[in-house]
Amino acid sequence: MWRVGTVVALHDETASARTITLKVPDWPNHVGGQHVDVRLTASDGYSTVRSYSIASAPGPQGRIELTIERLPNGEVSPYLTQELAVGDRLELRGPIGGWFVWRSEQTEPIQLIAGGSGIVPLMAMIRSRASAASTAPFRLLYSVREPRAIFYRDELQAQSDRGHSVRIAYAYTRATPKDWPRPPSRIDAALIANTTWPSNLVPTCYVCGPTSFVESATDLLIAFGNGRDKVRTERFGSTGERK
Amino acid sequence: MGTISRGFTGRRSSTDAKLPSGQYLTTDFPILSAGPTPHIPLDRWEFVIDDGTNVLRKWDWKSFRDLPTDTMTVDIHCVTRWSKLGTCWEGVSLDTLLADVKTDASYAMARSYGDYTTNLPLKDLRNKQGWIAFRFDGEVLAAEHGGPARLLVPHLYFWKSAKWVRGITLMHHDKPGFWESLGYHIYGDPWKEQRYSDDV
Repeated sequence: MWRVGTVVALHDETASARTITLKVPDWPNHVGGQHVDVRLTASDGYSTVRSYSIASAPGPQGRIELTIERLPNGEVSPYLTQELAVGDRLELRGPIGGWFVWRSEQTEPIQLIAGGSGIVPLMAMIRSRASAASTAPFRLLYSVREPRAIFYRDELQAQSDRGHSVRIAYAYTRATPKDWPRPPSRIDAALIANTTWPSNLVPTCYVCGPTSFVESATDLLIAFGNGRDKVRTERFGSTGERK
Repeated sequence: MGTISRGFTGRRSSTDAKLPSGQYLTTDFPILSAGPTPHIPLDRWEFVIDDGTNVLRKWDWKSFRDLPTDTMTVDIHCVTRWSKLGTCWEGVSLDTLLADVKTDASYAMARSYGDYTTNLPLKDLRNKQGWIAFRFDGEVLAAEHGGPARLLVPHLYFWKSAKWVRGITLMHHDKPGFWESLGYHIYGDPWKEQRYSDDV
């Protein structure tokens, strides 16, 4: 069934990504990692739908946040990141998906690996962990082009500062912060070995990003000794679902 | 009609008329998989038809590739809303693979390397509706798209076209596969928009 949410806040994460906070009456609540379908309808009746990951933890107030990266030739993402205003209404269906999710009953070590806007469903897991007061050990390896492309920077910093916290490692592919020890490069075997859980701890791994990123990160995780059945993936292709 | 999105105009293209409702056209080939891509050496590949207890037919790569093949051009529709028109495949028809199998089963569970499963009525695999495909656009099917061989059932949403297929199990009663257990529709007809379990 389709629900109508109302935009209550907008926040720019980066120059090309915006978080939309929606108030959705009777929202059935969700689990970190799930997505929604968003339907836009033009005045002549033409409509189109895209799927977007939920960024927020489940909460009691029927609010959800979506973080959307603007793709230059997209049909939907430029509208959502540039045109949509507070007070506008948006049709939603969901929450959807029962595989790429973290549930607060899980107590095993969790390894999150994000490429670019692939951080969004993983952030929902990190936020769900905090809101459930879970002490499940989390690590995040987050690959971005450059420092200013990081989503949720301050909140991630706060999460990693807290006791029993989320340990976060960044990989920069184009430009690094000043004096960063590792030159700009993609995730490689050394970085996996240095920043992810040892495979003998049998972490559950969640990898989200562009297809080529996910292929390469999962191959590295498996080469590092992680079981294939312990690696869950969510991919988006060049014209995949998040346009 | 639903809520109008203030200021949204959208794009329309002449090909939209050929698409099922809720789909948009793409010209590349996005990938969606639940886990790592398995890489299966051809000398270890096999395809097995069983009834849950007994193996009914079994092929290794060589005997599979000795079977007659079809070349088909079909439209494919992914539940994540992209559609791709006129994709060209080569594969072995399930009619050929099921030819010598005596069964009164009504359903099939496709099984994949990497433990993916998806269920279909057996009649949806017969009468030139289902293939085990091993070439795409004239090239060997890439591992990320399901190679060495994938199920191809283009009249259903593409999650039914199991990548890395290793066999089918014939069943008397329908049973949900992987995505069908996780909120997706038990049958998945794109022309009826049977995406999620609560779609009729």
